[in-house]
Amino acid sequence: MRRIISVLLENESGALSRVVGLFSQRGYNIDTLTVAPTEDESLSRLTLTTTGDERMAEQIVKQLHKLIDTLKVNELTQGSFVERELLLIKIAASESDSRAEIMRCVEIFRGNIVDVTATTFTLQLLGNSEKLDAFLEAVKHIGSIEVVRSGVVGVARGDKFLRQ
Amino acid sequence: MEKLSGGEIIVSALRDAGIRYVWGYPGGAALHIYDALFRQEAVHHLLVRHEQAAIHAADGFSRATGMVGTALVTSGPGATNAITGIATAYMDSIPLVVISGQVPLHKIGQDAFQETDMIGVSRPIVKHSFLVTRTEDIADAIAKAFYIASTGRPGPVVVDIPKDITDPDYKIPYTWPGPINMRSYQPAEKGHRGQIKRAVQKLIEARKPIIYSGGGVIIDNASDDLVNLVRELNYPITSTLMGLGAFPGTDPLFLGMLGMHGTYEANAAMHEADVILAVGARFDDRVTNELDKFCPEAVIVHIDIDPTSVSKNIDAHIPIVGGCSTVLREILSLIRKSNKNEDSDISAWWKKINQWRNKYGIYTAPRHAASSGRLIKPQDVIRALYDITDGDAYVTSDVGQHQMFAAQYYLFDKPRQWINSGGLGTMGFGLPAAMGVQLAFPEADVACVTGEGSIQMCIQELSTCSQHRLPIKIINLNNSALGMVRQWQDMNYSGRYAESLYENSLPDFVALAEAYGHVGMRVQQINELVPMMEKCFSLKDRVVFMDIDVDPEEHVYPMQVPGGAMRDLWLNKNEKS
Repeated sequence: MRRIISVLLENESGALSRVVGLFSQRGYNIDTLTVAPTEDESLSRLTLTTTGDERMAEQIVKQLHKLIDTLKVNELTQGSFVERELLLIKIAASESDSRAEIMRCVEIFRGNIVDVTATTFTLQLLGNSEKLDAFLEAVKHIGSIEVVRSGVVGVARGDKFLRQ
Repeated sequence: MEKLSGGEIIVSALRDAGIRYVWGYPGGAALHIYDALFRQEAVHHLLVRHEQAAIHAADGFSRATGMVGTALVTSGPGATNAITGIATAYMDSIPLVVISGQVPLHKIGQDAFQETDMIGVSRPIVKHSFLVTRTEDIADAIAKAFYIASTGRPGPVVVDIPKDITDPDYKIPYTWPGPINMRSYQPAEKGHRGQIKRAVQKLIEARKPIIYSGGGVIIDNASDDLVNLVRELNYPITSTLMGLGAFPGTDPLFLGMLGMHGTYEANAAMHEADVILAVGARFDDRVTNELDKFCPEAVIVHIDIDPTSVSKNIDAHIPIVGGCSTVLREILSLIRKSNKNEDSDISAWWKKINQWRNKYGIYTAPRHAASSGRLIKPQDVIRALYDITDGDAYVTSDVGQHQMFAAQYYLFDKPRQWINSGGLGTMGFGLPAAMGVQLAFPEADVACVTGEGSIQMCIQELSTCSQHRLPIKIINLNNSALGMVRQWQDMNYSGRYAESLYENSLPDFVALAEAYGHVGMRVQQINELVPMMEKCFSLKDRVVFMDIDVDPEEHVYPMQVPGGAMRDLWLNKNEKS
């Protein structure tokens, strides 16, 4: 099962490498990883996605907690949550047919065209990972030049929160 | 306020952390620190011959005393040589602070002379590490290092210090930081009250209970608490390799070690138990054998300070995260308040255990052939060691057959008496670890039980023993082969001894010991063993190297059958349980 895990981490040098190292050291996969500072500049927030059964997820959460620099850990996928991922995609679009089709797809998926040249479109899409996958599937036959995904960020729904 | 350089701050911080001894080896990046050490007397430095030994010696000191062991090494090769020692301590949860010199800040990343990314190299084998980048941060990093190393589940902490921040010309005011409080590190001592109550209920209801105790009991100084609880319950107890001595080895309630080379009675009792109280143990693969066949009927209560140890290999029915000592005390007090004695008759269980003991136990009758003439059985050497030292010596060991024989036949009655590399299985550990123990207890008998393979991995430390007057006794079980490798080759590879023999290349250990200024003794006849060993231990102020020829054909038994349940054991070369 796919897991989304949020971590609040001391903003110390080497802290991120301990998290990443933990995964490779113990044989867990990281599917996506995002890290950025929080409103409290002494802390970073990290969101990672991985796949594994219940036992593996429990071990990952415990092992993350065990790192000295880790303040809080929460597996979002244990409750209800909101997730978002950003997609930037550059598509070859020199013919009017394909340009029209791309624009229709962008409209259907509520994306934006953020850059245009005579031969390319650059599109931006926001949503959960499943939606982005679906969009990529929809434009696959047109042929993308470059795909950039931000990795998942997420937050628990309701009054649950992860902060110091 | 006193103004100090970075090097002086390091030494002062060690002093203020209560450290009297630092093991180490100097080198370029650490020279400012060594100069600061030279100019004071509170912290005494002990020079080794290889950095690996510095860490093992600090580790042995820590295992014997419970205090934090400390070592100082230089950058690059000094740091990488320390790695095996750090990994050894990490696997056995031993509190160490290792200070490593580093190239100056502006050279980090430039592939400078003797540069290694110590933080990166050591990352998977430390509890935590610090790269200190300002002189102003040194005291705080060292104070935190000691705090982290010694609390919760202990472990080694590396403090990597670039040379320029120890510059003798840059001085700042020094104060030792007060009590440490870290928001992201709050180890839990007290177990969950409700879980403890459930555990007590299960223990009272048990008809086939067993206590499975591990190294965590020793680390948490919970030996008395364990003994009190087990005696109150009158339940059988077994121990891991790391836990030996936490409960007296000579007590009738003790079934001996469990696991791969554990006793039949301990392994069979685990397999048939209805309740297992695991305390400070981690269900290691050298204990459980095949996980799917592990103790099918047991309700498992697991006490451990480290949540990641709980339900990692075996699901615990009642997990209790907390310190062994605190939780054991709470269990005992609840058991004393309960009406346990009225309905807890386990005499049928004891009867069964005693039948196992009589049938297969290595303590009820010798299960190995007798020594005679030039055939010296390694088990008999350990028995002689036990008798001659009144069971009271500190015994360190290396890794292999001799280690298992020592664990089986030296009955440790006290915690911290048995010092070996359990988790990592580091050959070369025994001699330097013994130096640490002897430093801590100058008057005690310290025996290093080793083999001709392991001893050669840190043999250079015989020189260190001379320099610091550490009169340890080396009991070398010399079977002219890498014994445990050979045993596996006998059992699994039809006796093809791939690289486990030396082809007459072994040194003359007696002459070697004498070359270092020590006493060497060679034993080749069983009737020489006891008199020679008595003489060995009568030489109180000398290092004695006893090179004892033992039967090269001997195997360690019992031995769990691979892929089987705990109780599936080879009892000798021909017989399975």
